[in-house]
Amino acid sequence: MGQRKTIEIDYGAVDTDRMRLNMGPQHPSTHGVLRLEVELEGEIVTEVVPHIGYLHRCFEKTCEFMTYPQVIPYVDRLDYISSMNNEWPFVMGVEKLLGIQIPEKIEYIRVILAELNRIANHQIAVATFGMDSGAFTPFLYLFRDREMILDLFEKCSGGRLLYNYFWVGGLQHDIPPTFKEDCLAIIKKVRETNAEVNNLLIKNKIFIERITNIGILPADVAINFGCSGPVLRGSGVPYDLRKDEPYSIYDRFDFNVIVGEGAMGTLGDCWDRNIVRVNEMEESCKIIEQAIAQMPDEAVDVRALVPKRVKTPKGEIYCKTENPKGELGFYIVSDGSTQPYRMRTRATSFINLSVLPEISKGYMISDLIMILGSIDIVLGEVDR
Amino acid sequence: MGLLDRLDNPYEIDGFFLGTVEDLLNWGRSKSDWYLSFGLACCAIEFMAINASHFDLMRFGSIPRATPRQADFIIISGTVTLKMADRIKKLYEQMSEPKYVMSMGSCSNSGGPYWEHGYHVLKGVDRIIPVDVYVPGCPPRPEAFFEGMIKLQNLINNQAIFRKRSSMSAEELAQLEERNQKQKEYMERAAIEYENYQETLKTGGMQNPDYNGKYTINLPKIRMIDHE
Repeated sequence: MGQRKTIEIDYGAVDTDRMRLNMGPQHPSTHGVLRLEVELEGEIVTEVVPHIGYLHRCFEKTCEFMTYPQVIPYVDRLDYISSMNNEWPFVMGVEKLLGIQIPEKIEYIRVILAELNRIANHQIAVATFGMDSGAFTPFLYLFRDREMILDLFEKCSGGRLLYNYFWVGGLQHDIPPTFKEDCLAIIKKVRETNAEVNNLLIKNKIFIERITNIGILPADVAINFGCSGPVLRGSGVPYDLRKDEPYSIYDRFDFNVIVGEGAMGTLGDCWDRNIVRVNEMEESCKIIEQAIAQMPDEAVDVRALVPKRVKTPKGEIYCKTENPKGELGFYIVSDGSTQPYRMRTRATSFINLSVLPEISKGYMISDLIMILGSIDIVLGEVDR
Repeated sequence: MGLLDRLDNPYEIDGFFLGTVEDLLNWGRSKSDWYLSFGLACCAIEFMAINASHFDLMRFGSIPRATPRQADFIIISGTVTLKMADRIKKLYEQMSEPKYVMSMGSCSNSGGPYWEHGYHVLKGVDRIIPVDVYVPGCPPRPEAFFEGMIKLQNLINNQAIFRKRSSMSAEELAQLEERNQKQKEYMERAAIEYENYQETLKTGGMQNPDYNGKYTINLPKIRMIDHE
């Protein structure tokens, strides 16, 4: 065989300089119009500064001009991948201000739809995360199944992406007659595809090598930055509002809080955050199955308690739910009129994004894409 | 007008057809539109669904391109804020001719839900770049998008590429002459600039003003070590 040769490079006399690189706002892997100002030492990232505001739509200010029912479509457009989940905390907050106790069946419908939307959100998150790493096929599989969920939402509300379905005191329309069968068919399909995607992508050696041991987020840093959702649970913190502070009827279901375990590498790396999302789909399936079994059969007028004119008493309320991306909360200040005096949003993606500069230092620039993908942000919610 | 219509021509015999070169070129252009993979807001998620397996945009011959230089058309899919408007204009200018613009959704058509209170939202992307096809909806259904796509293909199919001078009016001829003259001047100027650039290369290349001679460039010493 030939001789083994190595190259020795003496950098002694060379001046090295750090390069500042702009990534975005038009970039296929920034998941929207995010601009990252990256400082590079060779290929190593030394500093990341996210620049936001390219999709600022002044949600909070617009709400002050709108009546409460008019706000719901704007809430949809915050985290536009999981609109059903967005509507829920706002509607629940206004209901608490008004003192409306909604019927049990509507609570079950809301739980089922929110969990279905959680599955749809995680499907997009896993699909785009795979696509960022160069795996295109799982994207097609997961989007095929997401269409089934969107079809059911369309049967319910008439919209494919933005629904305006949860109304203050009820729902926009009654559920279709085939609701239960459709849900069970979706769950069956989701489980089949998850098994397929597990073989194709999640347990693929190339994929594991690519994403383990990068973007390590320790539990204390995650808590200090106020992270929530899969980003926090990926670091091994079992914090889930559905379990810790059960809102609606979540105390009636038996499900597990998925946490990262550092199974393939270090605790809190990109792999852990991704596997939390994958396994949460299965937990959502379990909740939906139980909810369908428990749901009362008698017909309920879903608009019976919807007020003709929503006029809240004077006061303020903070209402939060567990969104697919983490804790989403609305702080509503009411001055006794039909319009909110002030609306404040605890935007999950914005807070989760703030941890990016902390966890991406010292990795390669190609790893930065994977770290950003593993945080799973939506720019509509970051900029609001 | 299109090539496929010509196939119904009475002169068509065993795979021969009578048509113009213009039809052939337009047929090729309209059936291989490459778009800039660029998403703005909610409509971008719907556009991802259009790309994926259920709706499959690629059957229209459209492939995503990550750089505007290779794209034939750009889809403005979402709310255009004033901060983003400059960038969109720049992206459009970077695209090579012939280029087309598709405005997808209410926001880029007219401002959509943000037209009244969005002090920072551009009320319609057609204020900065020319739009060829508007697709309404918030967000538009994939079927609506496909209708827009067919409209764009028809628009390309009906475009004139060659026109005879004898069929032009005196006014049109004057415009053509003026455009040719401008083109000629531009080419002459570019040739002079190219010559100047070649000369600077001979004298050690252009100096980067950022450095101002602060740094000296030393190449690393590379040594090959042979092992036994």
